[in-house]
Amino acid sequence: MSDIVISVKNLTKQFGNFVAVDNISFDVQRGEIFGFLGANGAGKTTAMRMLCGLSYPTSGSGTVAGYDVMRNGEQIKRHIGYMSQRFSLYNDLTVLENMRLFASIYGLSKKHTEERATELLNQLNFMSERNTLVGSLPLGWKQKLSFVIATIHHPDVIFLDEPTGGVDPITRRQFWELIYKAAENGTTIFVTTHYMDEAEYCSRVSIMVDGKICALDTPTRLKEQYSANSMDEVFRTLARGAKRGG
Amino acid sequence: MNAIEIHNLSKSYGKVQALKNISFEVQQGELFGLIGPDGAGKSTLFRLLTTLLNPDEGSAKIDGLDMVKDYRLIRSRVGYMPGRFSLYPDLSVEENLQFFAALFGVKIEDSYDLIAPIYSQIEPFRTRKAGKLSGGMKQKLALSCALIHRPSVLFLDEPTTGVDAVSRNEFWDMLATLKTQGITIFVSTPYMDEASRCDRIALCNEGSILSIDTPQGIVQHFDAPIYGIRANNMLALLESARNAQGVIDCYPSGEWHHLVANTNFDVSKFESEFNHMDDFIIKSIEPTIEDVFIKLMKR
Repeated sequence: MSDIVISVKNLTKQFGNFVAVDNISFDVQRGEIFGFLGANGAGKTTAMRMLCGLSYPTSGSGTVAGYDVMRNGEQIKRHIGYMSQRFSLYNDLTVLENMRLFASIYGLSKKHTEERATELLNQLNFMSERNTLVGSLPLGWKQKLSFVIATIHHPDVIFLDEPTGGVDPITRRQFWELIYKAAENGTTIFVTTHYMDEAEYCSRVSIMVDGKICALDTPTRLKEQYSANSMDEVFRTLARGAKRGG
Repeated sequence: MNAIEIHNLSKSYGKVQALKNISFEVQQGELFGLIGPDGAGKSTLFRLLTTLLNPDEGSAKIDGLDMVKDYRLIRSRVGYMPGRFSLYPDLSVEENLQFFAALFGVKIEDSYDLIAPIYSQIEPFRTRKAGKLSGGMKQKLALSCALIHRPSVLFLDEPTTGVDAVSRNEFWDMLATLKTQGITIFVSTPYMDEASRCDRIALCNEGSILSIDTPQGIVQHFDAPIYGIRANNMLALLESARNAQGVIDCYPSGEWHHLVANTNFDVSKFESEFNHMDDFIIKSIEPTIEDVFIKLMKR
């Protein structure tokens, strides 16, 4: 497979007369941390659903993890990881049971599952908590656990939907270290957020306004281009003109 | 007189200590921010101060009234916007406002001047059902409803969570306008970059207050040299910087890693050690609220 993990061209999604995603095109490289920003109602969620194989585009073309976004939604789902903004592990299962459950959903063999579980527990320094019910873990731990479980099947790309909302600053940084490590190992990270300090961690960010991508570059270059001190300023300059949402 | 006075307030839910013996005051007319992550006890404190919960220990006064004894009087004087949208989705914009006015026994006309800067923005949609509004519009309606009885203290629990940067900024502008009307505003947020919009802030974590001061005062108390470092390979930089001499702490912070040093730290020595890394840069920086928070959490 090439070094481009996500590639979309003129991707469009229409609901009746409403063009939710309007002709967007971009590529994401292997190992990149790609920030996907936009105001409420800009079309982020619709775009991400297409990239995750959950809905088919009205028109356009593209691939995610090597599979066609117009046709191979099922294959895409098997080759990506997804971490929802809402906590979605099972509170009544232990840490290890959650790992086994998700491993088996992705079809890992028994032997491979145990190996991966050990690896992930070690990665989190969490071996001693493997038999703890997930529901009794502090929020920060749950977030980190959700992230590593999203990597259990070695996906090419992980989609993160506002991963660190409400988390304390120390845990938040531990979380970003996990992301850096995953990216270093060649996993592509695709993050949606509307918290701009989160955008500053990304290799590149795109900003969606009214269904279109109106900016795409590294945070440094975007700040230069818009003579801004922070991504927050860049975002506000671009999104102020938005006609929908808000 | 202080608008809010809190003395040794504690609250537990079973074994979980949500608030551990906290005390502070909020002055009349102040825009006061309660800043901390989920689980810090922010919502519990809001429910106590709005008389929805009784404390296990300690006491508090709102507008000079006792939170337990005078709870009925307090309820007519405070406005409360809970973290979750809690208007009636099946009532229209206008009907929600009328409903809250009726609850408090007031007329919309009598408070219209106060809510006008906010309500006028959603008035064109006054016949739309509240459930059909966008996030930003819901928020404006909720704020209008919380203000309809001209409260002297306004409690806003995480009003900007889940809201995009443009609407968030507009929201803080609205609060600044309300403040000029003399209303005391007590607002919580998990987002530390919003601290600068407050007169004073309390940093809180796991049921305790870590520090209370003006936003400038909070960062001025950061008593260690702090640098921003970056290089092409951020992960390798992070791992080796942690082992360098004189480094107390080093952690990711967006485009830069922040490096907290002690007196043994020698910038030029560090620079020559790390210059072999591609695109390595070190610069002296001002600490942020998050840097202070991290330091206080680790103490």
